[in-house]
Amino acid sequence: MSRLLVYLIPFLVIAIFMAMARYERRFAHDPTHRGFFERNGTVLGIVFIALVAFWTLFLVVLPYLYMVQESFHPKLVAADRGGPKDLLTLEQYRSFFIQPSDGSVNGTHIWAFGFSLVVSAAVTSLNFAICYPLAYYMAQAGSVQKVRLLMLGLIVPYWVNEILRAFSLRLMLASKGLINQILMGLGITDGPVDFLGNNVGLYVGLSYAYLLVMVFPLYNAVESLDKNQIEAARDLGAPWWRIHKDVVMPYAKPGIASGCTMVFMLSAGSLAAPQFLGGPKTLWFTSIVYDFFFQAFNWPRGAAYAFLLLAACIALVMLMLRLFKVSLGETIK
Amino acid sequence: MSADVELDRITVRFGQFTAVSEASLKIAGGEFFSFLGPSGCGKTTILRTVSGFLDPSEGAVRIAGKDMTGIGANKRPTALIFQNLALFPLMTVAENITYGLRVRGMNKTDRRRRAEDLLNLIALPRQGDKLVSELSGGQKQRVAIARALAVEPQVLLLDEPLSALDLKLRQHMRNELRAIQQRVGITFIYITHDQGEALTMSDLIAVMNQGIIEQVADGRTVYDAPGTAFVASFVGENNPFPGRIIKADKAGAVVETAFGPLRGRNPQNLKAGAPAILFVRPESLKLGKGEKDTTITSSVLNVAFEGNASHVFLKGAGKKDITLTVGRLESAKLPEQGITAAVSYDADLGLVLPEGKLARE
Repeated sequence: MSRLLVYLIPFLVIAIFMAMARYERRFAHDPTHRGFFERNGTVLGIVFIALVAFWTLFLVVLPYLYMVQESFHPKLVAADRGGPKDLLTLEQYRSFFIQPSDGSVNGTHIWAFGFSLVVSAAVTSLNFAICYPLAYYMAQAGSVQKVRLLMLGLIVPYWVNEILRAFSLRLMLASKGLINQILMGLGITDGPVDFLGNNVGLYVGLSYAYLLVMVFPLYNAVESLDKNQIEAARDLGAPWWRIHKDVVMPYAKPGIASGCTMVFMLSAGSLAAPQFLGGPKTLWFTSIVYDFFFQAFNWPRGAAYAFLLLAACIALVMLMLRLFKVSLGETIK
Repeated sequence: MSADVELDRITVRFGQFTAVSEASLKIAGGEFFSFLGPSGCGKTTILRTVSGFLDPSEGAVRIAGKDMTGIGANKRPTALIFQNLALFPLMTVAENITYGLRVRGMNKTDRRRRAEDLLNLIALPRQGDKLVSELSGGQKQRVAIARALAVEPQVLLLDEPLSALDLKLRQHMRNELRAIQQRVGITFIYITHDQGEALTMSDLIAVMNQGIIEQVADGRTVYDAPGTAFVASFVGENNPFPGRIIKADKAGAVVETAFGPLRGRNPQNLKAGAPAILFVRPESLKLGKGEKDTTITSSVLNVAFEGNASHVFLKGAGKKDITLTVGRLESAKLPEQGITAAVSYDADLGLVLPEGKLARE
């Protein structure tokens, strides 16, 4: 029954699109304004709607809807699907908190969940701390040639694929890796530092993976700031840190929010970096989700876990946006 | 408190380009001093050097006798009003005005009171909670002035702050700026390319061209006794008659021009044979023949009626026409277009200056 509902939704969405097109024609306040079908012609209008509908439905809405309904079903073998045992249930969500096997608290998963969110938040802060000076330099301080060179230096390494990047970082940070060799060679440490075991590799890898995602929103936001604003603040006696706190950052707030949101969401949902760079005892939440899908073939539980993560991330981001008084609209400008 | 400002042989170079070369002058405390010149003449560079955003390549700026070399913009006793005002858009009017006090650590209640005082000074009482975007152009202007005055600078620097306003408001703000300057009594250094602004407001004007200070004098002197050909042609309208001096005596000099020998004052005692330009202002010319060496005869190209005055354009020797301004009361005698007319001037009102670059039209 619930699966049937999912397949009905596309038609509902198409109906909404059609209604919107009609509504626009009828309630346009400007008399010279022509409706959607008048502007594009009937055939082209239908094609546009169909294309947009296809995009939103098959690529965005439907897969998620399928997953949502999946998460409310028990894990069944193919033969039982749609049968009498296929009931709607909260069992998958409950299993995140309480082990279905012995009824004890599911500490491992809850810990991994919290750990992923906290580390993602830390990575976001670290990333911001690295990217803000960089973006400010590129947008306001640097000369054109230097900025172009810097941009190239930022972008080109991202042509290298993620796995290669992660593994080379692993080589660098390994106990017999380059960094440890240097540290020991210089006599700074006696034995090798376990960068991978204590998750330094994870932080570095995640921060680096989403550097661009943070730099460019910041750069865009800072770039449009009038230089005179900065000079005015300086002329009025503000030291450099106050200029940033009072003038540049408030102005760049939408860009900061946008960059931080994306980095946080992407880190929390990342798979490769935690797997390759995390310590042996580190359990990243998406790895658990991945295992449910591809190791245990428990799609319902995997889906439920994934949605828990999504919900928590959205809630956290919304909370932060509210705290910093940024509207959601501003962040996607 | 006001401070005197001294530029001591300041040269500012950007790479190969010399923006200001060997500028030296003294501005007395409490003076309204203007730098007047066409765009690109280096006047903004001088302002930025005084405010501390630029370091001179050579020379030094002294404020109240103290060498400012190595002292940053945020540590100088100056405040700058930007051409585009640069008010902080995300702060209220009061927050804008008291920003300089906030960074100096003044507490909130004192700031609030100070903001109200300043809002009264700029005739915007109780508007402190408004956003900058809610103000009109003239009001923003006044807020920018208040913001700069709030930090009690000894020198206020103004970078063409009126250029964004419309004509009526600009004229009104001139009077207001002058009044504010007299009320607070601090040194104002004003940058403008608008001679009207410079002449009406300033105690002293420095006329600049291509990085060089051409003349420093009060407005009347700059207008009546310009020191160089550039100043004569840049400040106010002027008709140049280039040529060579054929006679120089106590009464003045006679320049052989395209319109024959013409006489004028010779304040710089130029000798016979020197290349020179005779300047006669449009309002100094009158219709009708005069003495032989103060009469110009040419064909009338155009007559333009402008209400309080009319302009007659005669064919000049070069590309530029000779302009003659006729007051309202004499407008009945205006010549017709196309005829050949004789115009003349009092020999005292002609001015002979050494040859030099003229201001671009």
